[in-house]
Amino acid sequence: MKSNLIVNIKKSRIAYYYILPAGAVMLLITAFPILYQVWLSFTNFTYVNLKNPNPAFVGLANFIKIFKNQVALENFNFWRTFLFNIFWTISNVALHVTIGVSIALALNTPKLGFKRFYRALLIVPWAVPSYISALIWRNMFDTQFGAVNQIISKIGLPGNIPWLTNPNAPIKLLNFLSYAYYACLITNVWLGFSFMMVVALGALQSVPHEIYEAAEMDGVNERGKFFRITLPLIRQAMIPAIMLGFVWTFNQFNVIYLVSAGGPLGTTEILVTQSYKLVNPGGIYGIASAFGIIIFFILLFITLALNKITKATESVV
Amino acid sequence: MKKQTKEKLKHIYIHAYLIFWVLVALFPIVWIVSMALNPINVLRPTELVIIPKNASFSSFIKVLTRPYEAAPVPFVRLLINSLAVAGGTALFSVILGASAAYAFSRFKFAGRQAGMIGFLLVFMLPATATLAPLFVILSLLKIRNTLLGLIIAYASGAVPFAIWNLKGYFDTVPKDLEEAALVDGCDRNQAFVKVILPLSLPALAVTFLFGFMNGWMEWMLAWTFLTKPSNFTLAMTLYNMQGQWNTPWSSFAAFSIIIALPVLIVWFLLQKYIVSGLTLGAVKG
Repeated sequence: MKSNLIVNIKKSRIAYYYILPAGAVMLLITAFPILYQVWLSFTNFTYVNLKNPNPAFVGLANFIKIFKNQVALENFNFWRTFLFNIFWTISNVALHVTIGVSIALALNTPKLGFKRFYRALLIVPWAVPSYISALIWRNMFDTQFGAVNQIISKIGLPGNIPWLTNPNAPIKLLNFLSYAYYACLITNVWLGFSFMMVVALGALQSVPHEIYEAAEMDGVNERGKFFRITLPLIRQAMIPAIMLGFVWTFNQFNVIYLVSAGGPLGTTEILVTQSYKLVNPGGIYGIASAFGIIIFFILLFITLALNKITKATESVV
Repeated sequence: MKKQTKEKLKHIYIHAYLIFWVLVALFPIVWIVSMALNPINVLRPTELVIIPKNASFSSFIKVLTRPYEAAPVPFVRLLINSLAVAGGTALFSVILGASAAYAFSRFKFAGRQAGMIGFLLVFMLPATATLAPLFVILSLLKIRNTLLGLIIAYASGAVPFAIWNLKGYFDTVPKDLEEAALVDGCDRNQAFVKVILPLSLPALAVTFLFGFMNGWMEWMLAWTFLTKPSNFTLAMTLYNMQGQWNTPWSSFAAFSIIIALPVLIVWFLLQKYIVSGLTLGAVKG
């Protein structure tokens, strides 16, 4: 067994020559920080230790503090953040897919004019760097001077909505969602629908129009055409895109941090923004490392679960 | 005849729907352009007009001459910093990535499987989740507050991505080509350098540009690591303009257009690759 391994290594010596430079660098700058993170997560390393790096070993105390919401940072609440993060992701992706597919269906109408023109313009939100769009939207949600409130008052409604400052819920039934949630939602829906539209359009264009004509002959109505022909045929292409969109939105740092900064009172905090705040301004690197590891396992679980759902749906089709 | 009018009505309805979404998609862009052209650096943009009265490029000139209010750092300095960080990261990751990707694509060796799974795990980690160890390590090494430290931090995410991306491309290059070269008397290295690399030029360019755009737009790590204004990048300077109470609206708008325009152009040029790369699930979110 052992000699077998040595033979194998000798045989693939050239392979290791190729990997050596990148492998060494990755060991140094990717693998080492991750191992270091595991070590940090068991210590009470804070900004004080940057000058004197001898933190105490604290075992699982950092993890326990996080799960019991005992972290010394304003509005820290792991479970609220986690649940909000899931709600945030699902609501966003649902809107992305609905809007994206509906636009793709409209663009796929036979004999419609200006299709390429519409597509080129509708892709713009995806092309603009999300960092810039998030900053632009943040300014558009300014209570006094932002464009959103100006439009609202133009159409005759009270345009003084405190989008980013009022921690209360505008819809009483959904009392855990502050105004800022809706501001972030609008921003991120704007940011994400183009991607779903492009994927859906690509899938739709591979569906031959004859199928619809045949269905029309058989007297199938519009609704039947959508649910019995279109949806099953584009599902294959949409599922990977939805998975990607899910992970993307789950980790949507730029929109949350730049539009609402997780506020007011932590109502729109998601895991990645909280994890950032533990480092800056928090300076509690031990707890931040533990938090990063928790995020990793949550994402691992989500990826495996999504994979399983995909596999399950594949076998049904 | 009746069917035709019905179809026409349907088309009008569809056009209306599409125009609505085009307006939604373009509104923030139009808003920012109009803001940037506004001659008085307004603190109160109270009117919604596309081209404001006395439109001028004065805010563009202002941000190009003094982009950073609090310190006299010239625009060129920030530009050089951004180019150095983005270009350095991209170059570094393409050079290292190409050789490793070739091995992953062509050889079977111990640790291959583990390596591929390792890359996937690294892609999954959002940047903020690994921020703490990077911050601590680079601080202890006393290079956190330098552009080199920033390049190292970026490279830790960019190299795995480059390997993954290039491996996918090398997989599509037929093996027969190298085998022919080997028969003709080339060794492995020559086959790689003279056959595979030239054929992969588009993929290498795309990987470089992806790395470059990420470095160009990244602000979060830069903002956390760098404290000296003379080291600042363009992206983090824009973030810095975002005041808590008063944003210099026109300067902000002009500056964001200056930074975003190159990315926008590259994006439209690379559109095909971005769409296909994403559907293969090859891009870190």
